[in-house]
Amino acid sequence: MRRVVGRIVLALAGVAVALPVNAHLVETGFGEFYDGIAHVAVTPSDLLVVVALALLAGQRGIVAARYAVFALPIAWFVGGFIGARWPALAAMPLLTTLTFGVAGALVALNFKLRQLGVAALAIGAGVVHGLVNGATMAPAGASSLALGGVVSAIFCVTAILSAEVCALPKGWPQIVVRVAGSWIAAAGLLMIGWLSVS
Amino acid sequence: MKHWQEHSALLVALLLLGPASALAHQDTGQAAGFVTGLLHPVSGLDHVLAMVAVGLWGAVLEAPAIWVLPVAFPVVMAFGGLLGLLGVPLPGGEIGIALSAVVLGAAVLAELRPPLWVATIIVAFFAIFHGHAHGRELPDGTSAQLYSLGFVMATGLLHAVGIMFGLAHRWSAGRQAVRAAGGGVALAGLFFLWRAVA
Repeated sequence: MRRVVGRIVLALAGVAVALPVNAHLVETGFGEFYDGIAHVAVTPSDLLVVVALALLAGQRGIVAARYAVFALPIAWFVGGFIGARWPALAAMPLLTTLTFGVAGALVALNFKLRQLGVAALAIGAGVVHGLVNGATMAPAGASSLALGGVVSAIFCVTAILSAEVCALPKGWPQIVVRVAGSWIAAAGLLMIGWLSVS
Repeated sequence: MKHWQEHSALLVALLLLGPASALAHQDTGQAAGFVTGLLHPVSGLDHVLAMVAVGLWGAVLEAPAIWVLPVAFPVVMAFGGLLGLLGVPLPGGEIGIALSAVVLGAAVLAELRPPLWVATIIVAFFAIFHGHAHGRELPDGTSAQLYSLGFVMATGLLHAVGIMFGLAHRWSAGRQAVRAAGGGVALAGLFFLWRAVA
């Protein structure tokens, strides 16, 4: 018990010694990479499409998941590069909504999409969302390092989530995946309504 | 015990490190959008009762209805929300919502076991009324995507509440409790119907 108390005190002491944090690593110049990672987490349409595609890829098996893990980030990077170069191409909120709505619906239906179909969908969604990312991030001063952060985050989320879904046992766990897909599809439908009236 | 104590010490240290107030990169209105969407379905008792009743009925009908109905409801409800947002008129909206509580509650009370497709159509029919009402009430000025996601998640979680309670249907005492809950929903629905018609 004394050892545990000692460890808690040590942990508290460690936390109390607040070294300079240098948020976003301004001094190292590497902060934009983390901005890119955070960008995915706080951009609902990006996060939803990545989650939906990862769930779909996981549902369709290991090979489809392997395709998606590489196709989505690479397509996203290419789209981002094009969007940064030609930002006028990227005003397409309806298309970004459709991508996660369709992917969510496919998950909810447990649609038997072929492995190459999953890859094609990942490429299409990646290019569309990457275009928007590139077109909006570049004018704000973000460099290709930020896009690298975005792509890294997408790779990690897709790899972890699709691997988890691949390994799920039959029954309730797989139903939970389909329920998550239905929620994403429903959010997409509502979003289309918002876009129609705004 | 030793492991537990060690893990507790680690947990304390980790919690202290958790930056609860870090809101970096958060766009204006995003938090409000999600929370507002999450709270919206629980703002009206008629909606809450009907959504819980969907879960209860699903549990009574057992697999696959136990998950088909709660998947169908949010998606069709979102479609109803889309119609509401687009301004498509739906006469008798309040009556339809009250009737949904009456019908779904009565189905639980009577342990009605129609074919899956019939149950799905009944649930989907009423979901349109709920979605349409919400679609007309969606507030301006918040993040539409996060609002939509919160709104759909709250609906799904209300179904989950119904399912969790409905699982008690497997035991004789629980079965009576679930039927009584269905009767309560139907009675409340009758009250809302009287108010809608009066």
